[in-house]
Amino acid sequence: MGNPFASRPGIIAVGAVIGVTATLLQYFGNPPNMGVCVACFERDIAGGLGFHRAAVVQYIRPEIIGFVIGAFFAALLAKEYRPRGGSAPLIRFFLGVFAMIGALVFLGCPWRALLRLAGGDWNAVTGLAGLAAGIGAGVVFLKSGYSLGRAQAQKTASGYLFPVFMAGLFLLAAFQVTFAEGGPIFFSQKGPGSQHAPLLVSLGAGLLVGAIAQRSRFCTMGALRDVILLRDFHLMSGVAGLLVAAFAMNLILGQFKPGFAGQPIAHTDHLWNFLGMALAGLAFALAGGCPGRQLFLSGEGDLDAGIFALGMIIGAGVSHNFSMASSPAGAAAFGPAGIIVGLVFCLAVGFTMRDRA
Amino acid sequence: MSATRVDARGLSCPQPVVLTSKAIDAGAGHLEVLVDNEVSKENVLRLAKRYRMQTSVREEGPDIVIEIKT
Repeated sequence: MGNPFASRPGIIAVGAVIGVTATLLQYFGNPPNMGVCVACFERDIAGGLGFHRAAVVQYIRPEIIGFVIGAFFAALLAKEYRPRGGSAPLIRFFLGVFAMIGALVFLGCPWRALLRLAGGDWNAVTGLAGLAAGIGAGVVFLKSGYSLGRAQAQKTASGYLFPVFMAGLFLLAAFQVTFAEGGPIFFSQKGPGSQHAPLLVSLGAGLLVGAIAQRSRFCTMGALRDVILLRDFHLMSGVAGLLVAAFAMNLILGQFKPGFAGQPIAHTDHLWNFLGMALAGLAFALAGGCPGRQLFLSGEGDLDAGIFALGMIIGAGVSHNFSMASSPAGAAAFGPAGIIVGLVFCLAVGFTMRDRA
Repeated sequence: MSATRVDARGLSCPQPVVLTSKAIDAGAGHLEVLVDNEVSKENVLRLAKRYRMQTSVREEGPDIVIEIKT
């Protein structure tokens, strides 16, 4: 096997590097216990582009851009760049939308759930329990023949689109172009969106994580899924690496503050923390990857993963515009409704997209 | 006995592993699993290792064939 990153020590090291990178980015200015949260940062990008007007969460996050472009170059170098697509793109788009709606009720993707736990935010425990429940439901569908169908090989150039789109976003972030009075490019003046590490530090961290995660196939949803479905702890050991490394770094950097109440960018609404992540977990399981993994896949040419990521960005806009995204005060007025609609959608997809043997 | 053929090309993770595992559980002692990418290959090889089965890998055009035997 010519790929040391995909070995057991390799995936643990990659998880640890992500944990260290995330906590260091917090030290350099990123929001606390958020580090490299994919859902949060895609939400900030949606805000930066004016898809929602929540003034405190608008920034074009270079980490997300780095994840895609880092994975793209890693895949090119390893000769694993392989454009493919056409496996139920529209369904994947809506899975992305509802995954984001669920994640923003909890306030974080699986990565952030781990980072919150590593920072002493015990609300992450209910979130992670919900995530496991959602993935467990996904596993039941997988066992009963759930499939979104085969992807087909696509032309070489088609896989360049998503990395080039990301490069375009980077130009907007770097030059902060003003198109007209009051937008449409927004950068938060206060709140989490205004908290960020220097541009090139963020980009560099994103490129590093993107490259090693592509090589190692790091995936938090896959970690839980493989344990439940196959009793395979390979990916889970990477998740453990992330958690332990982030916890150790938080202790070193004085960022560990245990408790339930008053945690940064979090709330204590346990029921909706659980159900938000249950919806997200089910959507990730049906789409075949956590938000981070979807970005790495889109970098290596998976057009369907790119569609899922776009669904998440649009979902963030919907989530804030329709008062479904939580705030530190708790779940928002329409968050529960969003979760119910999302669960109905995901269950319908799970039940109807099955191959009869 | 001819090999049971599992065509997992174009399927996303974890379906190649699920299909292979179902075939083994159904009693297939000799399988040929077709995949089209490195990730699926690694995953199927890891599954076969956990079943303590022997594996060999060959390329067939753009596809990868993993032969699995008890």
